[in-house]
Amino acid sequence: MPRNQHPHPSEVTPESIYMDRRSFIKRASVAGIGGSLIAGGVWARQKNAPRVEGTFDDDLTPWETVTGYNNFYEFGTGKGDPKKNAQDFRTDPWAIEVTGEVSEERVFSFDELVDGLDIEERIYRMRCVEGWSMVVPWNGFMLKDLIERLGPTEDANYVEFTTLMDRRQMPGQNSPVLPWPYVEALRMDEAMHPLTILVTGVYGKKLPPQNGAPIRLIVPWKYGFKGAKSIVKIRFTKRQPRTTWNEAIPREYGFYANVNPEVDHPRWSQATERRLGEFFRRDTLMYNGYEEVASLYDGMDLQRYF
Amino acid sequence: MATLPPSVGRRSRNWIPGAKGVLWIGLLAPVFILGDRIFLFGRLTGGDFVDDPVELIQHWTGNTALILLLVGLASTPLRRLMGWHWTIRFRRLVGLFAFFYGTLHVVSWFVFDHQLALNPIIEDVLERNWILVGMLSWLLLIPLALTSTSGWIRRLGGKKWNRLHQLVYPVAALGVLHFLWQTKLLERDPVLYSATLVLLLGVRWLVRKK
Repeated sequence: MPRNQHPHPSEVTPESIYMDRRSFIKRASVAGIGGSLIAGGVWARQKNAPRVEGTFDDDLTPWETVTGYNNFYEFGTGKGDPKKNAQDFRTDPWAIEVTGEVSEERVFSFDELVDGLDIEERIYRMRCVEGWSMVVPWNGFMLKDLIERLGPTEDANYVEFTTLMDRRQMPGQNSPVLPWPYVEALRMDEAMHPLTILVTGVYGKKLPPQNGAPIRLIVPWKYGFKGAKSIVKIRFTKRQPRTTWNEAIPREYGFYANVNPEVDHPRWSQATERRLGEFFRRDTLMYNGYEEVASLYDGMDLQRYF
Repeated sequence: MATLPPSVGRRSRNWIPGAKGVLWIGLLAPVFILGDRIFLFGRLTGGDFVDDPVELIQHWTGNTALILLLVGLASTPLRRLMGWHWTIRFRRLVGLFAFFYGTLHVVSWFVFDHQLALNPIIEDVLERNWILVGMLSWLLLIPLALTSTSGWIRRLGGKKWNRLHQLVYPVAALGVLHFLWQTKLLERDPVLYSATLVLLLGVRWLVRKK
């Protein structure tokens, strides 16, 4: 499987080293040499090349930040709220309903659903629509492998993901900040793209609840909010599903939500981003640097379908 | 026994210089806490791991500036409603520190978001309403800070000076609007600050009308 070969979790440098490195980045940035950071591709590096030492680009974001700085409004709107409020979240047992345009509608347990799927590590950039980014070593499997196993019908043009609705465990759902439950969706070709993964772990460990345990979506060329967390339902549909942020503020959040430095959020520029821990902003890359997905959108007006 | 200090009467204001010293420390505390959290990783004052230092700097300084503006604006209602006339003695210091934190806020944005590049700064200000109102708020605060001295009060005369310093109302309103506008959804703090501002201005209006 050369195409998707990734380092074994044990090869990932321990967080503490990244922590040190990060404080070095901080100081380097303060000293003014941070502005010359080179933009490059995590994916490309993972595929073809050994780590280029001496460049600061795309170092892993430390575990503490990955698991302590989260947008997961089901557990509160503050970045630290999910970690604080999700610690007792129960992910076992966990059931996932597969429904809609699919050969067999049924409910799977988490173990049944992921059984036999090839869990690999993927180091991806994560670009939030708010203008910050991280680099995260996820552990997961290609969504396409699961979809092929589930067997959607001819009419399945979209696949929709629904997050658990449970006001007792998810205090944020008691407040009407968003229309609950959280729903996200992809066009079928986006879902079948080999970059699109369902994630069950991070940093070689079980996915913590604040990151969307036990299973979440990651689509690295889209803004982070497309990555539905704590998924309890996968539905295949003929028509484009309604999605939560798009429904809440359609002017600001589109269905596609592809990372695009040319299309500004109505209230802020998307041309640059701040990598968490760094002081200066860096340029945002088209499709978050995952240019291989560009052909999915050939001929589409990206200003309109943002 | 004759060397005892004169007894402190009810209307004595001897405690004010001491209180001002304490206030200075209090008003500088946010800078020290911020510095500790960023450079010493919270060793002195605690606090969580800082994931995004720039976000912390900008939120912390902007937030402190807004709180101090509201505190400064509380003086008049407190005097009118409670008769706490001593609050006026501290208002200038509070206002100057609001300007100080507002300036740190704006400068941190100049430096970290734009690396002092003038054109992108101007572009951002003109294109984004929430940045524009924030910038206006800070710009309007500059003449107030400059004319805060007793010398300037004398030079302008009380009436003129008072009129000029009514700019603090648009300053506070624009500042709170800037905060309100910047969040992804309606969040608690900006709503709380807006309500406080409305209350503080409302009390002025009600009490004056009596």
